[in-house]
Amino acid sequence: MSDLRELYQEVIIDHNKNPRNFRKLEDADRTAEGYNPLCGDQITVYLKLEDDVIKEISFQGSGCAISKASASMMTASLKGKTKAEAAALFDKVHKMLTRDPEAKVNAQELGKLAVLSGVCQFPARVKCASLSWHTLHTALKEKGGVTSTE
Amino acid sequence: MIPAREARSSQAAVKFAAPLDVERIRRDFPALHQQVHGKPLAYLDNAATSQKPQVVIDTLHRYYSAENSNVHRGVHFLSEQATNAYEGARVKVKRLLNASDPREVIFVRGTTEGINLVAQSYGRTFIKQGDEIIVTTMEHHSNIVPWQILCEQVGARLRVVPINHDGEILMEEYERLLNDRTRLVSVTHVSNALGTVNPVKSIIDKAHRLRVPVLLDGAQATPHMKVDVQELDCDFYAFSGHKLFGPTGIGVLYGKADLLESMPPYQGGGDMISLVTFEKTHYNVLPYKFEAGTPHVAGVIGLGAAIDYLDGVGLEAAAAYERELLVYATEALSAVKGLRIIGTAKEKAAVVSFVLDGVHAHDVGTILDQEGVAIRAGHHCAMPVMQRFGVPATARASFAFYNTRNEVDALVQAIHKVKKVFR
Repeated sequence: MSDLRELYQEVIIDHNKNPRNFRKLEDADRTAEGYNPLCGDQITVYLKLEDDVIKEISFQGSGCAISKASASMMTASLKGKTKAEAAALFDKVHKMLTRDPEAKVNAQELGKLAVLSGVCQFPARVKCASLSWHTLHTALKEKGGVTSTE
Repeated sequence: MIPAREARSSQAAVKFAAPLDVERIRRDFPALHQQVHGKPLAYLDNAATSQKPQVVIDTLHRYYSAENSNVHRGVHFLSEQATNAYEGARVKVKRLLNASDPREVIFVRGTTEGINLVAQSYGRTFIKQGDEIIVTTMEHHSNIVPWQILCEQVGARLRVVPINHDGEILMEEYERLLNDRTRLVSVTHVSNALGTVNPVKSIIDKAHRLRVPVLLDGAQATPHMKVDVQELDCDFYAFSGHKLFGPTGIGVLYGKADLLESMPPYQGGGDMISLVTFEKTHYNVLPYKFEAGTPHVAGVIGLGAAIDYLDGVGLEAAAAYERELLVYATEALSAVKGLRIIGTAKEKAAVVSFVLDGVHAHDVGTILDQEGVAIRAGHHCAMPVMQRFGVPATARASFAFYNTRNEVDALVQAIHKVKKVFR
């Protein structure tokens, strides 16, 4: 149970039940879709950029608690960030989830996102947590695109 | 040894006739006797793959230790031994399916390859532009995608028979879809995602009235019931060894001899020829025409050992036991508040797919795993079924004759844990 609590922390359960920014962004200028063909998780990330700054960010889709909470927290932490800051955060989250031995994960830099660190103990679930981030990455790179975890 | 689980007395209502000595059978399966995350393993993912009896493991070990040799080639002792064992296994499969001739048994990698073989060999020869192929909503992707590929290649059209809310084929819709453009019907015998046992005899009879051949996807049927291809009168039947307590990477395509004779080879290579010149190549006779290259000799012999083992257990006694286990599991799971069973057909194999209110199947799977309960969570390679029931995924417990009521109880207790985490 202690391992399970590491994974399903209260914050994650809360974001799963009440996902933030869970809606379609009608005037989005960037969208990207992400799929996890293994479990059928599907997500669409919407971005509204002003110059290089993420003015609005939202998501829709269906998935497990981990993928939904990760997406929800992602949108909450990226609003107002520049594209470069978002890319840097993507990099840090990715390293935390895959437990890159080279990376020194700084909990302060990650803020609330640090609650996702328990996921790396569940290798089968890492893709659930990273799906929204990979999708964001695609959205930042190009106009429209499809991302797959495979 | 398995540490005893506490049985939940409330579910003792189902009476077990149990002509099957399950405790003795369990001793034959070494993988069942382990702990996962500190809990005794309850392996309820048999529709994905079954565990292997010791005799199958020993057969593989003995083959590679003492008998390893290529088949149909050498004049030496070992090659003769291996060839005899290989062809002996073909006869065992013939008996398992009650085929009329071992020549009708083609060894392939699995059900998927069997279906692809029919699509590419039979399909590309006999199915043309404007022709139609019938499948159902409940097919596994491996009985959808090969036909989509074929349809794209030849300009044919895939027609899909819908299912009702219990997960049963709508037979009147099937009859409506059958017409003079239909060239093939390909249907699963038992649904992997819902457990439905389809009325395949009736499906075949109706197709045959229009002289349309029928392929049955038997991946989920063979582990649960006696299959008689002559009685069913199906034209093709495909199944996988690894779901039938045999090795991975080996499967069977049964085809009626006259159909197989009329079909061109699926792959070219060694073993499938009788004479090769650069001007013309003559193909080998059945079944070798469809077995290009060195086959999975160990897998075939291992599958033979699995069939022998099943003979010893008795498929009918196993099926009767599984039916009782299914009733027990269905009752126990139905009693869980917020749990909905997906797939409630009258005729079902021992498979229970379910969704839990407010909890994604993937999360159910992870928490169950922490309790030692192995189930499948996801779309079960049957995304159209998920769409039909309006769910992104289900959790699926699938049973074999070595599973017990205690394991069902462990499943139910673990589901209560899920509810606690997500409260």
